[in-house]
Amino acid sequence: MKRSLIPIVLLVVLALVPQFSVDIPYVFNGSIDTPGTLQLLALCLLFGGVAMTYDLLFGFTGLLSFGHALYFAAGVYVTDVAITRWHWSFVAAIAFTALVGVLLPLALGAVSLRVGGIAFAMVTLAFAQAGSILVFKNPHKWTGGEEGLGADYTKLPQGLVGIFNTKHLYWVALGFAAAVFAIVQWAVHSSPGHVWQAIRENELRVQVLGLRPYAYKLMVFVLASFLATAGGVVYLLLLGGATPEVTSANFTLTLLVMVVIGGTGTRWGALVGGVLYTWANERLGDASSSHAVSSLPSVLRTPLQQPLFVLGVLFILVVFFVPGGIARFGRVRRLREVFQR
Amino acid sequence: MPALPVPERKMSTLILLTITGLGLGAMYFLIASGLSLIYGLMGVLNFAHGAFLTVGAYGAWFAESKLTAVSVLPRFLLAALVGLAVGAVFAALVELVLIRPLYKRHIEQVLVTVGLALAVSALVVAIWGNDARPFVAPSWLGETTSVAGAHIPNDRWVEIATAVVVLVALNAFLRRTRYGLIIRAGVENRAMVTALGIDVRRAFMLVFAIGGVAAAIAGVLSGVYFGTVDPARGTSLLIFAFIVVVIGGLGSLRGTAVSAVVVGLVQQYANYYASSGLGDLSVVLLLGIVLLARPGGLSAKLA
Repeated sequence: MKRSLIPIVLLVVLALVPQFSVDIPYVFNGSIDTPGTLQLLALCLLFGGVAMTYDLLFGFTGLLSFGHALYFAAGVYVTDVAITRWHWSFVAAIAFTALVGVLLPLALGAVSLRVGGIAFAMVTLAFAQAGSILVFKNPHKWTGGEEGLGADYTKLPQGLVGIFNTKHLYWVALGFAAAVFAIVQWAVHSSPGHVWQAIRENELRVQVLGLRPYAYKLMVFVLASFLATAGGVVYLLLLGGATPEVTSANFTLTLLVMVVIGGTGTRWGALVGGVLYTWANERLGDASSSHAVSSLPSVLRTPLQQPLFVLGVLFILVVFFVPGGIARFGRVRRLREVFQR
Repeated sequence: MPALPVPERKMSTLILLTITGLGLGAMYFLIASGLSLIYGLMGVLNFAHGAFLTVGAYGAWFAESKLTAVSVLPRFLLAALVGLAVGAVFAALVELVLIRPLYKRHIEQVLVTVGLALAVSALVVAIWGNDARPFVAPSWLGETTSVAGAHIPNDRWVEIATAVVVLVALNAFLRRTRYGLIIRAGVENRAMVTALGIDVRRAFMLVFAIGGVAAAIAGVLSGVYFGTVDPARGTSLLIFAFIVVVIGGLGSLRGTAVSAVVVGLVQQYANYYASSGLGDLSVVLLLGIVLLARPGGLSAKLA
């Protein structure tokens, strides 16, 4: 089978998922066409897509941003506030969010890309923190502060509201993941895409060749952030509201974990990492209340009840022993190699 | 009793805000000094530094809850010592087990500290729950002292004094001892120190342990300041410590001290005189301005 056909076949298979009633024990908590499972699958695909946007920065261009959550959260909150607090129509809210999704990263990227390396990481972290503070501060009671803000469902497209329409939401999430996949593949194989990867390898050389790395970095920063904003809109539709957790620095860190577990700068790595992480986070929570875990001694049981502990440890193990992530699984590092100095 | 004349009342508010801002700056300095030294010497941006703070604070809290037979003041001091020891040992172990094997692979070292930060806070939540736990300090720390009409909580003085002691001690250590010399030289130019036949890596664990102790002190002091220990505080203080470190210039202890004071004061003043929450935002703004004004200067120090 030709390489380019695989994504299309996969897309068709995934699109047909809600039409089948198959029970996969242990993997899902019910038949795959039930709303609960479809919701989980939709979240997996959504975060797979968002992880790909982060990979565009970190994996393909070598930009370690700690503020990607800001642009995702912008998608969630701007749309939510526009329809729920300002009573705009859904279309107008989306258009405004798209505008914000371009202008915000353009402005903040222009500032933060003036510095490189760790300073860039810190500045992006600080901007994202500012966004988080703003959401918690709840200006004019727009964002709902700690409580979050449930979306006014009468303003949402009616086909995307309610538990019976979960399969439509699943298709929206699938469409988002497929679109991000296609755009990322197209972008990294375009001529700016080659420059991004050259910047990752050696920025000085790119400069010596007479190109301006700054312009190319700003380009990829705006593209990745815009796609993350789009992901934020899908998240709002899926969850029917905004929660302040999406603004936190921890949210960016989980994106980083997804990308590294999956494999940075690869065709499938970020998508696979995002899907697996989201699935594991959800299912580990369920598994901790299962009989197998509750019969363990408390020394083992207590840490296993926290998915984030398991995932954090798993992440460290991946960094140590599978440095390329799942996508480059062949290159498992030997123990001796790791501890060799 | 007649009300105080207005200027005087304003003055006392200003004094209270200044001392509280200095106390906050002291806490930032305690976290940021370790971060800055570790980055300066090893090139590791330590995301697990908040975890050091959490581990130290919980160590102290745990010791305190076990020492019920002892009276308040010795119990607090003992518990604080336990917290510092736990912080130091934990930080040294992290360096030995997780950082050292990834020698020279900076990005992977950062990733490991990120994973550790997530895992440690999750583990603390798993064992002791999400809620804040009460931390008992000697009642004297909760009382106030009057300075020029302002009632200053006593714990602020302790925070400031501790930070000054740590600053002086660290300075003396870096200037007067052989290891301090190696660390200073290593921050300046690690390749050259290695070329001179000195194994800089031996100092790595020491720097981590020092950072761990300083973070644990901040953990204990934040326990006094808030009256509780909680699993999320490490992360929230760490973000401001990062900002302090970047404004101050990574690897410079004096720069870190100055910027910690500035950030603490700006945050307090803006939170009071403008509106609450604005102080945090203005710190971010300050970072933006500093980086815009001196992008070359800062990144030159970073390289």
